[in-house]
Amino acid sequence: MSVDTATVAKIASLARIKVTEGELEAMVPELNGILNWVEQLGEVDTSNVEPMTAVIPNTLRLREDVVDADPLTGGGKREEVLANAPVAEHGFFGVPKVIE
Amino acid sequence: MTDLTELGVAQIRDGVKAGDFTAVEVAEAFNANVAAAQEALNAFIVATPEKALEAAQATDAKRAKGEDLGKMGGVPIGMKDLFATFDVQTTAASHILEGFKPQYESTVSQNLWNAGAGMLGKLNLDQFAMGSSNETSYFGNVISPWRKQGSNAQLAPGGSSGGSSAAVAARLAPAATGTDTGGSIRQPAAFTGTTGIKPTYGRCSRWGVVAFASSLDQAGPMAKDTRDCAIMLEAMAGFDPKDATSLDLPVPNWEELLSADLSGKTVGIPREYRMDGMDAEIVALWDQGVAWLKDAGAKVIDISLPHTKYALPTYYIIAPAEASSNLARYDGVRYGLRDLPEGANLQDMYAATRAAGFGEEVKRRILIGTYVLSAGFYDAYYTQAQKVRTLISQDFQKAFEECDVILAPTTPTPAFALGENVDDPLSMYLNDVFSVPASLAGLPAMSVPAGLSKDGLPLGLQIIGKSFDEQGVLNAGLALEARAQFTAKPEKWW
Repeated sequence: MSVDTATVAKIASLARIKVTEGELEAMVPELNGILNWVEQLGEVDTSNVEPMTAVIPNTLRLREDVVDADPLTGGGKREEVLANAPVAEHGFFGVPKVIE
Repeated sequence: MTDLTELGVAQIRDGVKAGDFTAVEVAEAFNANVAAAQEALNAFIVATPEKALEAAQATDAKRAKGEDLGKMGGVPIGMKDLFATFDVQTTAASHILEGFKPQYESTVSQNLWNAGAGMLGKLNLDQFAMGSSNETSYFGNVISPWRKQGSNAQLAPGGSSGGSSAAVAARLAPAATGTDTGGSIRQPAAFTGTTGIKPTYGRCSRWGVVAFASSLDQAGPMAKDTRDCAIMLEAMAGFDPKDATSLDLPVPNWEELLSADLSGKTVGIPREYRMDGMDAEIVALWDQGVAWLKDAGAKVIDISLPHTKYALPTYYIIAPAEASSNLARYDGVRYGLRDLPEGANLQDMYAATRAAGFGEEVKRRILIGTYVLSAGFYDAYYTQAQKVRTLISQDFQKAFEECDVILAPTTPTPAFALGENVDDPLSMYLNDVFSVPASLAGLPAMSVPAGLSKDGLPLGLQIIGKSFDEQGVLNAGLALEARAQFTAKPEKWW
């Protein structure tokens, strides 16, 4: 499989990255080079193989159902959460108008 | 008086404890080296001399009161700028996080401060840890302190932990944190004559570490020798309920149990790692490593890891796929850069912000990841890669039925020149050919400096161990180190 300019434009749009025409042109051969190379995985017989889900066997833990059990990752951190926002207004994240 | 910056972790810890020198003297000496080398090597993105001094003063005060100084008491370190540090800029070497000051501390860095270490500064790296040469940082290349004999050409310190490797090699820090996703601790260690270990996946908490590929990312120490790595890894590791993949296991006393006697141990030599057209110097060093481990009492056998050739393409599907998902969080809303063109709507803002904030290699990987995860291609690429990953992991499990550790080169070549591989992403990716398989299987692996190339550049040997057996890896590393007697240092030109 190989990608063309239209496909790369579609991927970039899915990834929410703005690209110029010139960047698109440059990316097509680069991405095709990488994709052609990874396609060699197709030659491996994996018909009886399960895809890996955990690299080291581990069990999923449940935490106690307690509010703010860990104060660091609990609630009540509005100022800290907003501290690095490019636009923080009235205790919220500010974004461009999304409703007409 | 001894030059304190020539000392390693154990020597500083013991010297401070014994009162041979103070922690403040150590911090001042390293702070001076950091400042003097910044222009030439660009190893740090931010220097924090006041943090190093503050921790050192606390250690000296504890000593005056007769209190325990901790595993890393009085040792100043460099912190890779992938670890969130409270109120100190944390960028992952990206423009999109420029100015980001976390309001929390990563678990690994907090563990180090709790153990008495101090922070010299935040170390430069490849942007979002994506790279093998430190040429993708928004804050400029790190320059290796090493040079080829008779040449002034700038060399790569390796990547992605290139600031860490350069800082330790140039004696700007006795040790530094690194992170390893496909070789980002081991390859830079090999390029700079330093020692680094990636522990078993889950040993070190990923909480507060800027995520690249979550199923692969693992933190580890980079230092002058094996003992220093053992000490620092003990301080970094430990169960953390805030990381769902953290191992709920006690941290062993790796330092105390170090032993270079490999009697009764079996070392496997994977035949698939002996590739056509391999650098003769690397082959010779590998053979030398076999002889050293035999001399240490080990039995050496040939083993087979049949899916080795598929490890890199597997990695270059899985890592970008996870990256495209992890990096979706950089949206110009919650933190970091925002680019809002005149009259733009929310979607335009996302796209403009990410276009301006991510470097070329980061964009390339996000696009690859987005493609392999997209409808219609998911099974052919991503699911197939996860199946091959299972086979790669099974190869190691079978091999470890016959052997205790595996010996291989760390890298296919010595350090290359800056600019040599930038125009060809694939040739850059091939640098990780020997390091990626252990990452895909989540295994502990380390690089030990073992010799010099004909041009006078460091070469590393890699030890790969069973899950949870960092001790076996460190012991084999110690046995190599004791025989390699690697004492070469880059001649100071900076």
